[in-house]
Amino acid sequence: MTGTFTWNLLADIRDMWAYDAMVNAFRAGTIVAVLAALVGWFMVLRRQSFAGHTLALVGFPGAAGAVWLGLSVTLGYFTFCLAAALVIAALRTGGRRGYSEESAVIGTVQAFALATGMLFVSLYKGFLNGTTELLFGAFTGITADQVTVLAGVAVVVLAVLAVIGRPLLFASVDTDVARAHGVPSRVLDTVFLLLLGAAAAEASQITGALLVFALLVLPPATAQLVTARPGRSLAVSVGLAVLVVWVALFVGYYSPYPIGFWVTTTAFGAYALTSVLTGRTRSIPRRAAA
Amino acid sequence: MSTAPRQSAATRVTGARVPDEPTARPALVEIVDATVVLGGRTVWSGVGATIAPGEFVAILGPNGVGKSTLLKAVLGLVPLARGTVRLLGRPPGQANHDVGYLPQRRSFDASLRIRGLDVVRLGLDGDRWGLPLPGPRSRAAAARVRELVDLVGAGGYAHRPIGQLSGGEQQRLLIAQALARRPRLLMLDEPLDSLDLPNQAGVAALISQICRTEGVAVMIVAHDVNPILSYLDRVIYLGQGGAVSGTPGEVITAATLTRLYGTPIEVLSTSDGRLVVVGQPEAPALHTDRHPEHA
Repeated sequence: MTGTFTWNLLADIRDMWAYDAMVNAFRAGTIVAVLAALVGWFMVLRRQSFAGHTLALVGFPGAAGAVWLGLSVTLGYFTFCLAAALVIAALRTGGRRGYSEESAVIGTVQAFALATGMLFVSLYKGFLNGTTELLFGAFTGITADQVTVLAGVAVVVLAVLAVIGRPLLFASVDTDVARAHGVPSRVLDTVFLLLLGAAAAEASQITGALLVFALLVLPPATAQLVTARPGRSLAVSVGLAVLVVWVALFVGYYSPYPIGFWVTTTAFGAYALTSVLTGRTRSIPRRAAA
Repeated sequence: MSTAPRQSAATRVTGARVPDEPTARPALVEIVDATVVLGGRTVWSGVGATIAPGEFVAILGPNGVGKSTLLKAVLGLVPLARGTVRLLGRPPGQANHDVGYLPQRRSFDASLRIRGLDVVRLGLDGDRWGLPLPGPRSRAAAARVRELVDLVGAGGYAHRPIGQLSGGEQQRLLIAQALARRPRLLMLDEPLDSLDLPNQAGVAALISQICRTEGVAVMIVAHDVNPILSYLDRVIYLGQGGAVSGTPGEVITAATLTRLYGTPIEVLSTSDGRLVVVGQPEAPALHTDRHPEHA
């Protein structure tokens, strides 16, 4: 995607938004940024990044399988991501508890998912361009219908998150005390994995399965460096994710390089800059008196 | 403890106080002939004890004897195989809103970026569904959190990320969290563990002060009785085959503990009034590595 860049930024934006594809990309990108920033914030807090990564990768066989069977790609993403969330939840609660032993289980699911994706790709011959898109994103191929689906799912996920947010925070920070206060932490574990699966499925459709982390991890992780107040941290996370997507779409439109690269680079740049800036002012954790 | 002993007489000891004795004040906690079996292993059996309102009670015993499990059984987090537990006259799990519980833990992860204030606040309304909208309720909650932070003397550091605080600072904030809903009973699981000696003394004094001034009963699990010895009303010494309760002077004696454990035990008293128990299955005064009790 290359427009002709001038230094008149307003004119550039008007020029860019003359294309339906770019308008849809901005709409979809914004929806996904808000969703990923909020769900990702809890994921980072709960140290479930590996689970999030796996759920995103599972989108790849889902989409590839849908293409092979001639079904909707969106359907493929959601079916596989949500099913994988349930599988991880079931395998997790089968174990004793905690996040430590779940990584091996998740790794197994991830390897199997990737292998299945390759199988579907090879069953559906002549799919090579599509594979790159599934893995690294398809910002400009988004239709108005897709935007509607993304918005609908995002509204549902965010509504659920608004209801369970506070007990989820409690259970994530302080599981034993939360349970003693009657918070159903096991149920919340599963519900959160489903929300994470839905968010990963949404983000995969924009950034591709491999670059989901640009939106799901980097803005929340950056926000948590900036402030330790949960409300502000969530707001910073959303603001940053939206900014990252907008900047990346704008730069991507006027440069010969893929948008996925710009999303990741912008998000990474923000994180690196923040950790340098906050690292200078923040002292090394005081542990001496422990 | 008036029920017939199930275990051999050597391990079955009757406490100095008879719990079934009618008292003027109703018991906060009443444990009668309770047995817990986890994963096919009997953790303890035939345990009986009562806690009266406002009492400062320590639960003592060697590592692995199931002291934490006793707290969890009272909270209903661990099922009983036999016997009964009553908390405020109700079955386990039904009166937990009147209990402040501080589970055993090492500390919060250093990278956890949540303020001490937020952790205290979660103890107040963390179990509520929906968004915490600004309004009178939210202002009242914030005021209560400030009050709690002042009570435990954490004003200087409560606004910092909890992962960056020292063990003693974290423990004070967690005590504030446990007190958030004005409980009638505070259950503290090894709150002095992994603290250095001055911090152990400071936190122990704080707990005792809260017990007296706020009228909250305290059940504290400890593997070293000395930091809290001077504050205690009663101790419950736990063994696999039962428990003994009474004043520290009655219970922490060679004769009582030898009967409880069925193996010769000596209790030595140092010149500064510290007690050293020798010959238990595991030395309680030693800071051994914490081993996870049953999840």
